[in-house]
Amino acid sequence: MRVSNSLFWVLIVAVGTVFVVASRLTITNEYFYFAGYVVLEYIVLSTAWNILGGYTGYTNFGTGAFFAAGAYSAAVLHKLPATLHKTFDITMAPVPLPVMIVAGGLVSGLMGLGTGYLTLRLRGVFFAIATLAFTIVVQTLIVNWDYVGGSRGIYIIRPANAPLGGGYIQYLFSLMTLLAVVSVGIARTIERSRFGLGLNSIRDDELAAEASGVPTLRMKLISTALSGALMGMAGAPLPYYVTYLDPASSFNLAYAVNSVAMPVIGGMQSWIGPVIGSILLGTIQQLATVTISSALNLLIVGVLLILFVVIAPNGIVGLVQAWRRREA
Amino acid sequence: MLVSFDLLLNAVVAGILLGGFYAAVSIGVTISFGMLDIANISQPAFILLGCYAAYVINGTWGVDPIVIGVVTTPLFFLLGMVVYRLYYYAFERRGEQAIQGLAFFFGLLFVGEVSLVLVFGVDYRFVEARYIGPSIHLGIVELPLRMLLPCVFSLVMVGVVQLYLSRSFIGRAILAVSQDPGALQLMAASPTRIKQIAFGISIATCAVAGAFLIIIQPVEPSIGRDYIGRIFAICVLGGMTSMPGMLLASMLLGIVESITATFYGPSWAPAVAFGLLLITLAVRPAGLLGR
Amino acid sequence: MTAEAGPPLLEVRGLGKRFGGFVALEGIDLTIAKGERLGLIGPNGSGKSTLVNCLTGTLHNETGSIHFEGKDLRGLIAHERTRLGLARSFQLPKPFHSMSLADNVRIPLLYTVNARQRHALSDAQIDERCQELLSHVNLADKARRRPRDLTQVEMRKLELARAVATQPTLLFADEAMAGLSHSEIEEILAVLLRLNEEGITIVLIEHIMSAVMSFSTRLMVLVAGHKIADGPPQEAIRNPEVERAYLGE
Repeated sequence: MRVSNSLFWVLIVAVGTVFVVASRLTITNEYFYFAGYVVLEYIVLSTAWNILGGYTGYTNFGTGAFFAAGAYSAAVLHKLPATLHKTFDITMAPVPLPVMIVAGGLVSGLMGLGTGYLTLRLRGVFFAIATLAFTIVVQTLIVNWDYVGGSRGIYIIRPANAPLGGGYIQYLFSLMTLLAVVSVGIARTIERSRFGLGLNSIRDDELAAEASGVPTLRMKLISTALSGALMGMAGAPLPYYVTYLDPASSFNLAYAVNSVAMPVIGGMQSWIGPVIGSILLGTIQQLATVTISSALNLLIVGVLLILFVVIAPNGIVGLVQAWRRREA
Repeated sequence: MLVSFDLLLNAVVAGILLGGFYAAVSIGVTISFGMLDIANISQPAFILLGCYAAYVINGTWGVDPIVIGVVTTPLFFLLGMVVYRLYYYAFERRGEQAIQGLAFFFGLLFVGEVSLVLVFGVDYRFVEARYIGPSIHLGIVELPLRMLLPCVFSLVMVGVVQLYLSRSFIGRAILAVSQDPGALQLMAASPTRIKQIAFGISIATCAVAGAFLIIIQPVEPSIGRDYIGRIFAICVLGGMTSMPGMLLASMLLGIVESITATFYGPSWAPAVAFGLLLITLAVRPAGLLGR
Repeated sequence: MTAEAGPPLLEVRGLGKRFGGFVALEGIDLTIAKGERLGLIGPNGSGKSTLVNCLTGTLHNETGSIHFEGKDLRGLIAHERTRLGLARSFQLPKPFHSMSLADNVRIPLLYTVNARQRHALSDAQIDERCQELLSHVNLADKARRRPRDLTQVEMRKLELARAVATQPTLLFADEAMAGLSHSEIEEILAVLLRLNEEGITIVLIEHIMSAVMSFSTRLMVLVAGHKIADGPPQEAIRNPEVERAYLGE
């Protein structure tokens, strides 16, 4: 069945809306929203990662940096009104969270553009190493930046009233659902477009792509900036989610590992892969944190990542496709 | 002014000692990434394994950590050969090296770190040896033995590896692989076997480098990550395949980091390597691609 | 179509390329007229592929100038040169392995033909054109297959079809026949000759002398990065320097 692009958007927006409304009507347990938020956050992160990793063929190990840049941008905007009031006696209304999300996306998108510009002319492996390095650079900057708490971290007080009724966590949950819907929609739109085909040609063979007229550098930069921006947007609500933001938790290696493992395990060729990977791994981890330690939890993710790249490099989607072909 | 000269001189000397140690840390990746074109980003995990091997043996039998590092190299060599076999069958043979291969090593890095957390916890661990603590004083310059010894032995190790590469048959075959994978057929040697041995050597160096690391400072599992940028910055800056280049780059990074830590505080030091790496990648792309 | 008078299609002056201390090309002068079939030969490592890489923008030449249809190519990167009308096939075929054959030739149609002239082709026209390009090299029935299902000669043909899809004025065919059987070589030669008749100027880089000699209207010989002969094939091949390079000292 071929689903047109606009129909797909209508469908996922409907799914997102129904999901939020049904949850709000039937579930009152706060834990559901806290856990669900994380799974949704991973859908955004792994979908964003896959735009660069799966479609374009460039591995980003620096999800943590882009995510944290979004979170800290939001933290700065959160503090801004109070600072302005104290130092300049200017009164400014608190910045609404959606504005913070857009700002976080901008900051991380620009960061993606910058890293990309510095390293994307090189072989992919250098980009991968640079992103690993980049995480530490950004973390060092944050650790040394007192305005946002430095290494001690910073307390963020949630606004007293949540829009859309209900508690603040329900609001965060709804926003993250929206972000997940937008990311998945963007990913699928790219996948079915000329732009997506061009990105695939870069992944398959960059020299041949150039020789066929594909402006590889420009397209890689767009892909990096977009991927980074979505990661930053996913990070922006984090301060209100954790209410205490510190470098150790916001640069947690778990973000980098999960955002690589989820697309790899789900399947990198199509938008559905990262979604499957995130829901599966995200849910397992949320359930498992109750029973086993978080370190053991992450160990399982790491082992699964290795197993999948070795045994099933096309992920769950690839396994299903192979199985279907055998049936046919 | 005199005080700051004192500081500067000591910072430079400390940087040279640190740089010597960085050479021991980077030599493995110069072999695996530079010569074999295998981007082993999990190298720090193996170095940490070396640290904890030294920690356990030193704590149980009181053996000198440097001796432990040397004695455990055969085990690390075997481990490296096994990892290469796996890598070869899963990726190189299929010709799928790019993303999957990187994800594989990333997984190893991560599993290594988390496993160490599960076994040893996140507390700092250290070893005991007579030379940890005392210093030699040469005028205004202070040479802590815990830095001096790793530096000296690092240089010895680099020398031994360089000698092995340039003199032995297998060593020359490894160098030939790095120039042109086809050349090996002419030497009637199997590239896979040669690469396996070379990768084994690159992991074997981690036993020694790990022992040095835990002599220099107490260790906890997550500090491995700090070394990724250092290792690859040195490797790239040094011109990928050359041992003298690697040594020079190690010294340079050591000195710059040490000066940064002295004048701006140690919390800025981690960014130096990564900044250097990014600048190198950005400014010398032609040199990098022209392999 | 034979060589005709008029301004040169490609004009190269004093081109040089180094890799570190190694001089790959030095002082290369080359003029190609519209409609020519130029054979480019030379021993392994003589710089043939490096020359193609410099001309098409894959490598950057430190010295010398390249003019294509009177336009200076300095600073133009590979895809910009492709869009101007310089196409190439690769020595080792580089198909887009995750895509169908149709999508393999769709890429140049989307990114070169349609980029040259805003949406010159509609989606339907592109589909049609993909089929046409593949059928010209007898691959139409495999349009939905992946490159991994192809034989070696088919892979070479796909490589050519993808280069031709850019609607080039000048095509560099880099060892399009290496490793092929005699009849397969004839097949590829027939394709190249037809393309030339359709108006595409072709530079053939080849080791197989019989193929080069039967195809070329002119022969250029590179040895150790220097041009040592350039002229009618029979003459060029009898040049004593060429004989020495080919027969050995």
